[in-house]
Amino acid sequence: MAKITYIEHNGKSHTINVDNGLTVMEGAVQNDIPGIDADCGGSMACATCHVYVKEDWLNRVSSKTEGEDDMLDQAYEPKSNSRLSCQLVVSDETEGLVVNLPMKQV
Amino acid sequence: MIKTDALIIGAGPTGLFTAHQLKLIGLNCEIVDNLDKIGGQCIELYPDKPIYDIPAIPECTGEELTKNLIDQLKPFDIKFHLSERVDEVKKSNGHWNVKTNKGTQFITPNVIIAGGVGSFEPRKFAPKECAVFENKSIFYSVKDKSIFKGKAISIFGGGDSALDWAIELSKDSKVNLIHRRNEFRGAQSSVNKVNELKESGKINLFTKFQLKSVNGKNKLENIEIISDDKEIKKLNTDYVLGFFGLIMQLGPIAEWGLNLDKKTVTVDTEKFETNQKGIYAVGDICNYPGKLKLILSGFHEGALAARACFKLARPDEKYRFEFTTSSKIIKNRLGVKE
Repeated sequence: MAKITYIEHNGKSHTINVDNGLTVMEGAVQNDIPGIDADCGGSMACATCHVYVKEDWLNRVSSKTEGEDDMLDQAYEPKSNSRLSCQLVVSDETEGLVVNLPMKQV
Repeated sequence: MIKTDALIIGAGPTGLFTAHQLKLIGLNCEIVDNLDKIGGQCIELYPDKPIYDIPAIPECTGEELTKNLIDQLKPFDIKFHLSERVDEVKKSNGHWNVKTNKGTQFITPNVIIAGGVGSFEPRKFAPKECAVFENKSIFYSVKDKSIFKGKAISIFGGGDSALDWAIELSKDSKVNLIHRRNEFRGAQSSVNKVNELKESGKINLFTKFQLKSVNGKNKLENIEIISDDKEIKKLNTDYVLGFFGLIMQLGPIAEWGLNLDKKTVTVDTEKFETNQKGIYAVGDICNYPGKLKLILSGFHEGALAARACFKLARPDEKYRFEFTTSSKIIKNRLGVKE
């Protein structure tokens, strides 16, 4: 289990415990955190679970695949710290991870 | 006004198999889809990705699955209305009056929503002022390329549409191609061609840049793009094209008086009927306790919704359950010679 913090675009912060093995997207969806749509259900076929990973975490989460970056081309306002939260798997190593949510997903 | 026993919204795998089920039990149906082709998410999002959990098909791609479902519908005459979006569903005299954005009208006792996650719409530019220029100077698809002749065009995106149009329009226009990273997801041959055109000065390529602002009074005059390192460039441009792929929006479905849960429609698990009698939802768009977003679930839901349609389409007849292996009537419908 790891503590994950989701910060909505309006600044509202949610810190929850997410079980190891779940994705950051699943943690948000299962806990009704607004701002992550996950239309495709985590199959990396859309870009509606887009998050910005806090800079100091960028090198500590698993690196993104080409397929993920391809999908991020289609996200709303992608930045260099953009990730799809369905590709971020929670483990002991992600204890304290902070992600910012974009203004909107679609 | 088209009269039909059932209208299906969505030509993805669930919509296609639901049509098959309706035709097997002797009902006619028509299908509307906002995309210009049959197949839904399978064809739009993952035509080449293998799927491993279709019963009795160990492995197939989204495109193969779609082709097989279309083949399965071959014995039947089903009218597709593609590139049309259902905008209105209204009750009138116990039937549903359905209207598309192209003005096609249907009257039917049954509407089956097999709309996936809604309709596909182009992803648009983030800066708000872009909306002012939309369909005048800013486009998300090309309908008439002749308007670009001799003009300065700024194309955004990294997929095949962006690359193909950059190559095509560079013949007669001044083209800027802007993409958020160095890698393109389009075909390698197109990437090579774009690099050649960049070398010969036919295309100005800006990677790791995104749109910051658009400026102009009555017509678009210039745009500003910004890099990851906050470097800003001003580009004079007459037209802007954005190719960021398609996103899914629930769209007009939200206006039809249906009980919704987030972006899904709540149904029962006997008929897959919504809170409105004669409107059903099947596939990814429906929601009930235990719902699995799998293609196979959509097939099951469509089969049951089709039986429910029978009662409303043929109120004076009794529905008899029959197997395709033994029913003469069904074999007739399938055109099978005994």
